[in-house]
Amino acid sequence: MSLNESASAIFSESPGKIALRTLARDKRSWISLSILGTIILLALFAPLYAHIIAKTDPFASTLNATITLHGKTISVLEPSTTGLGLGVTPIGPTWNIHKYFLGADGQGRDVMARLLYGSRNTLFIGTSAGLITIILSLLIGLIAGYRRGWVDAVLSRILDVIWAFPVYLLAISLSVVLLTSGLKIGFLHFGPGSMALPITIIGVVYIPYVARPIRGQVLAMREREFVRAAVGTGAKHSTIVFREILPNVMPAVLVFIPIMIALSMLTESALSFLSIGVQPPSASWGTIINDGLALLYTRPIVALAPGLMIVLTAAALNLYGDAVRDALDPKTRARGD
Amino acid sequence: MRRSLIIKSLLTAGALALSVVASSTSSAAGTGMVPFDSAKAGGTLKLVAQAAAGTLDPKVNYTGQFWQLYQATYDGLLGFKYADGAGSFEIVPDLATALPVQSNGGKTLTFTLRSGIKFSNGAPVTVADVKASFERIFKVSSPTAGSFYNGIVGAPACLTKPATCKLDKGVVVNAAKNSVVINLVAPDEAILSKLAVPHAAINPASSPAKDAGTAPIPTTGPYMFKSYDPNKLLVMVRNPFFKEWSHDAQPAAYSDEIDYQFGLTPTAQVTAVENNQANWVYDPIPADRLNEIGTKYATQAHVNPLTAMWYLPMNVNIAPFNNVKARQAVNYALDRAAMVKIFGGSQLAAPVCSFLPPNFPGHVDYCGYTKGATPTKPAKAWAAPDLALAKKLVKDSGTAGQAVAVVVSDDDVNKQMGVYVQSVLNSIGYKATVKPISANIQFTYIQNTKNKVQISVSQWYQDYPAASDFLNVLLGCASFTPNSDASINMSGYCNKAFDAKMQKTLALAVTDKTAADKSWGQLDQEVMADAPVAVAFTPKQLDFISTGTKNYHFSLQFKMFVSQLQTK
Repeated sequence: MSLNESASAIFSESPGKIALRTLARDKRSWISLSILGTIILLALFAPLYAHIIAKTDPFASTLNATITLHGKTISVLEPSTTGLGLGVTPIGPTWNIHKYFLGADGQGRDVMARLLYGSRNTLFIGTSAGLITIILSLLIGLIAGYRRGWVDAVLSRILDVIWAFPVYLLAISLSVVLLTSGLKIGFLHFGPGSMALPITIIGVVYIPYVARPIRGQVLAMREREFVRAAVGTGAKHSTIVFREILPNVMPAVLVFIPIMIALSMLTESALSFLSIGVQPPSASWGTIINDGLALLYTRPIVALAPGLMIVLTAAALNLYGDAVRDALDPKTRARGD
Repeated sequence: MRRSLIIKSLLTAGALALSVVASSTSSAAGTGMVPFDSAKAGGTLKLVAQAAAGTLDPKVNYTGQFWQLYQATYDGLLGFKYADGAGSFEIVPDLATALPVQSNGGKTLTFTLRSGIKFSNGAPVTVADVKASFERIFKVSSPTAGSFYNGIVGAPACLTKPATCKLDKGVVVNAAKNSVVINLVAPDEAILSKLAVPHAAINPASSPAKDAGTAPIPTTGPYMFKSYDPNKLLVMVRNPFFKEWSHDAQPAAYSDEIDYQFGLTPTAQVTAVENNQANWVYDPIPADRLNEIGTKYATQAHVNPLTAMWYLPMNVNIAPFNNVKARQAVNYALDRAAMVKIFGGSQLAAPVCSFLPPNFPGHVDYCGYTKGATPTKPAKAWAAPDLALAKKLVKDSGTAGQAVAVVVSDDDVNKQMGVYVQSVLNSIGYKATVKPISANIQFTYIQNTKNKVQISVSQWYQDYPAASDFLNVLLGCASFTPNSDASINMSGYCNKAFDAKMQKTLALAVTDKTAADKSWGQLDQEVMADAPVAVAFTPKQLDFISTGTKNYHFSLQFKMFVSQLQTK
């Protein structure tokens, strides 16, 4: 192929294909996707582990349960026999995949099984809330930036009001109120303790953080020549928004996705840690850390294991976000980074 | 009273004391305090808790946490003796010069008020203050107004119209003679005990006719309250007008100041005491710190028996527990041994299912809700839960699948109990959730019918050593006040026939204590067949103090004497 032909081939490729190819060559994306894939796979196998391998119910208290390990019968919660004989200590990690691999919590529940089930909830809430944030932010950003005028003024002030509250304070306040009474919007009714509540709360509190930059981009995009040309040709508003503007703000949106999922996941863990997220007996990484807090001195692994999962997942998502950003940035590609 | 109340009863003190002290691990038997040693006075005593106990008003507060402080701040006409172990059940004259002269078949009690005692604001204590204090019990709707003091002549009218309460015939005072005469409508075997608890403390007549909240009311004891922020700190300093008038009733205190800090988690409290940054931990010690305390810090740990219970009041007026089978199902399903484990193991608690705790007047060893037993054919003691029967009862009751919220305090131990109870309820067919709320308000929250609490985890510590303090107080119709934070009958259980039997037994106790105790034992079994509550276990008190804290004394009535701790 001649130089001209290959240059022609490159320039004829869409930006999306170029970005995907760049992403595929980026080691960071493979590392992060491997970590995320493993965690998601583990989460999906939670029922298999709990019911087939460990044969345990991760949501039922089993304070008087016993197991046989190395030929010995051991209480899952062992009373102290030294000194004044005070206290009861949950069994620690057995490193036996069939029996309390990571030990038990204060209710005698298998920590490994809860960790896997917790992964499902944390990832589900984090992803759902992150996507809600992105979709609503995109909608608001597009409307406010394109329509400008009073529509923009109203939407921007609403965003300002939400932004005025520290994000955790707002999330905690909403959780405290809604978790006791539930939420009813029209025909939608989320009862107290429903998982839809933390998803909705987390999804809403982060909207200003995404919607405002998108609005800014749309405002700038609206003044670009290709948009003016479309307006000049008499194109419909919907055509201009979805065919001309949206594709140009999508790179920024795509970069936001992994970051917002990571942020939402961290917020969910924080809320659950404070007992105002996922409600017992369900598990999330935050609730397991909360459970482990009472065992920090004797069984630190109960808190450390979900903590490690949060760190790994958040780091992987952020790493992937960096890789996506670089793949979508023509300047970075031009530098050959 | 809830968590750590203390208390009373003269008539039953002896027998109870002996039996309880026999099992104590750290309390000496019944000895009074040694004479005050001024060389050891001074310093600041630092107490720590996760949360405050609500109002500071001694007429309204009904928690062991603050009653423990009231013994060093407020005085009644009578008081419980400052003594170790069972000796603390002895009732001694406090602001009165002597025990009352009882006449008119026990219906009239005559006291003489001590002279020369002043409140912490400098005003003298007068008989007018005494009368006003008794009227104030009703004006502020004290939680025990209807159960402890409803026998005073004029009390029924005060209960009906608290704001205009007058006890002109019930509490007759004579300023010239400095005398107080209390007239009862009927003899009351526990009246002396009831006059010795903080709700009968003497406060200035000028005290507000409503809950004083965080505003301190002048005191008579060695300490007065200087400031109170329920979210941060309660500061007690020496009462400048205090002079010891009775070493038995109100001995001089050692520390110059007591700082009660709130907001520390129980585990942080333990660490603070281990590091000598605090003198004493209030909250139940987290399970994962107990082994460490029992081994490494064993010399700083004091374990004492309590006449108390952890129990689950079930609201008999709303679903699903308005169905007796549903309530019985909970009783059968509870694995009390599991709950003992959460509390810290068998050294700190023992499973029970009778309403009256072991070593208590009227107590009978029985359990109608253990495997193989029924309320009509009870076993001697609890052995194991019967989940199959519990599930059947839930099914038969038609309440399966209903939503149930378990309301608990938000400290570690209570939350763990809540999660356990939730698991049990789910296992027998309900859809249970746990509602942990601040310990500051949980106790009053679960009393108020407006909050529609279905089931909760609570504790009851004797106010005084008499069966009536459990059965009559917790399950009597007079203790049930709908829409009130002061409705200690949390189950809302008002069985007229049962109530009449309790009143009959109360009357019997005046003349025949033995027969009355036997009757209380029968009533215990009778009411538990109706299962308005599920009793889980009887706890012991574990006090963990710092190495620099000396002169620990434990009262079976009011628990550790804070005023006697030395920090210097």
